Amino acid sequence: MSDAILVSIIMTLVASSTPILLAALGELVVEKSGVLNLGVEGMMLCGAVAGFAVAFSTGSIALGLVASVLAGIATAMVFAVLTLSLTANQVATGLALTIFGIGTSSLIGAGFVGKTIERLGPVFPAALSEHPWLRALFGHDIVVYLSLALVLGVSWFLSRTRPGLILRAVGENDASAHAIGYPVIAIRYAAVAFGGALAGLGGAYFSLALTPMWADRLTAGRGWIALALVVFSAWKPGRLLLGAYLFGAVMTFELQAKAAGISWIAPEVLAMAPYLATIAVLTMMSLGRKTGRLDAPACLGKPFSAP
Amino acid sequence: MTSIITRRRFNFGAGAAAAAAPLLGRSALAQSPLGVGFIYVGPIGDYGWSWTHDQGRKALDAHFGSKIKTSFIENVAEGPDAARALRQLAQANNQLIFATSFGFMNPTVQVAKQFPKLKFEHATGYQRADNLATYNARFYEGRAVIGTIAGHMSKSGKAGYIASFPIPEVVMGINAFTLAARKVNPNFTTKVIWASTWYDPAKEADAAKALIDQGCDVISQHTDSPAALQAAEQRGVFAFGQASDMRSFAPKAQLSAIVDDWSGYYVKRVQEAIDGSWKTGDVWGGIKDGFVKLAPYNDAVTPAARAAADAVKEGIVSGKLHPFTGELKDQKGTLRLKAGETAPDEMLAKMDWYVDGVQA
Repeated sequence: MSDAILVSIIMTLVASSTPILLAALGELVVEKSGVLNLGVEGMMLCGAVAGFAVAFSTGSIALGLVASVLAGIATAMVFAVLTLSLTANQVATGLALTIFGIGTSSLIGAGFVGKTIERLGPVFPAALSEHPWLRALFGHDIVVYLSLALVLGVSWFLSRTRPGLILRAVGENDASAHAIGYPVIAIRYAAVAFGGALAGLGGAYFSLALTPMWADRLTAGRGWIALALVVFSAWKPGRLLLGAYLFGAVMTFELQAKAAGISWIAPEVLAMAPYLATIAVLTMMSLGRKTGRLDAPACLGKPFSAP
Repeated sequence: MTSIITRRRFNFGAGAAAAAAPLLGRSALAQSPLGVGFIYVGPIGDYGWSWTHDQGRKALDAHFGSKIKTSFIENVAEGPDAARALRQLAQANNQLIFATSFGFMNPTVQVAKQFPKLKFEHATGYQRADNLATYNARFYEGRAVIGTIAGHMSKSGKAGYIASFPIPEVVMGINAFTLAARKVNPNFTTKVIWASTWYDPAKEADAAKALIDQGCDVISQHTDSPAALQAAEQRGVFAFGQASDMRSFAPKAQLSAIVDDWSGYYVKRVQEAIDGSWKTGDVWGGIKDGFVKLAPYNDAVTPAARAAADAVKEGIVSGKLHPFTGELKDQKGTLRLKAGETAPDEMLAKMDWYVDGVQA
């Protein structure tokens, strides 16, 4: 296999992993605060359509990215008001948010079907990525580097900063955090907003970078994969990065193997691989401890109202 | 909106309607608008299969105006849930109902039995009744035309084909494409990737990239989104649009596209329902009938390729050329068609073998 093909595979792998990584990273922070938002797919779609609509109308991809973040936050706020202020059931509301997001994005996007824009290009000048191996390092777009920086940032925030500690405390024991005087609901609002922002950005990565267009249900279920990845990672950003790239690698390898005519392994097995890996990791993790809690935040999914 | 509006065929069949007008009985003219209902498997915004059917519905509105009233339900799951959607349309005063996906077959049969006075039409199915007709398009004819172009335009002699599921409809498309290309270039091969989905834009794009990495310089697809064309455009190789003209997504890459056009059939059948001459039956329309169209060739298509493609198209229209003509053997060497024999429809509808040159 030549270098050029290998590098091309790496580029595809990174690109297809990035939106899942972004959405999962946002959801990780949400869940660390004790909230389970299953509406990732809906928020991604709203971000995708808003990003495309703004980029198409203004001609600026940067504005499109900003719009996608805002749209993601706006969608997340619907969830936040219902579950945090009105203490609605988080699972039901999250599922409803996905359906809401599919419908809303379809409505907004109706006028944009069949349109296309110039895709989000590499951030570094082309001279840096002439050599194939340099291209694997410097040939990506801004969102890829941003997603990697965010992994570092979130990891540092959660484990090394005081606000990060407070956020985790809220997720582990909301009553105690409240008793010490932390604003549990406000902190959870902030976490849900952050999750919405990253899901929106992840969605826009489809409509602005991967497949620069709008079509209904453009993200085709990636939001659910992001949710699974959070569990896979045991709520650790570093492992999340690994999981997202592993998932992207298997998806890319599946297609490359088929294209190369590799027949010693059935394509169905390759298609199953990421899910098998998820089950295997979950099983290993729960074997390690008697409780079977899988390191989930203790208050995950439980509504909180100040006593 | 321009690209969408110009693709509609508002005036299609207008002449036929004018000719038919004197035949209309007084009763037909005096009646309230005829209700025409549709159920779609996907969103109308998919820019693919469901979208093309909805273009047909819009053509009806444009053609008949206040004489009919159309309605539709989109995103209807294949299987039992479709019966609910069909019943809803049947009870909402629709007299003619189109079920536009293969998986709607059993529910449509069931609901048609419950409403014997209403008329039903099922796309791509094979079960009929007195009030249930079936219709489909011979997309393989379009595949033969684009295969001819691919044979001329591919330098590597390798085409990539992004396929959904190994059902006869898809298999016959792959075979028709490859047979036509090998008539031009006997060493031509078609690499197939099974995407295991009709619609997943990001995966379709990645599949196209994988095929291009492996040296394919022409991409064809039997999945629904324009994502593969965008990938081809980005990598500087050629591709063909699917279901609709996808030129706007890949102005350099798209050599042509197979365009589904149901409007002519829908206008004809609704006219028959208005006239009272509607009968059940099975229609399998091709290029000649206007069901399948080819998008205008890209400027990059060489004169030789153009001439060859036009010759194939004209041969199919005149009936002189059938994309599946013997002598034809499958990959295992089994003789499928004797010399001079053409494939009967039953053979096409059950096709589960590949011709030489297909790497599936």
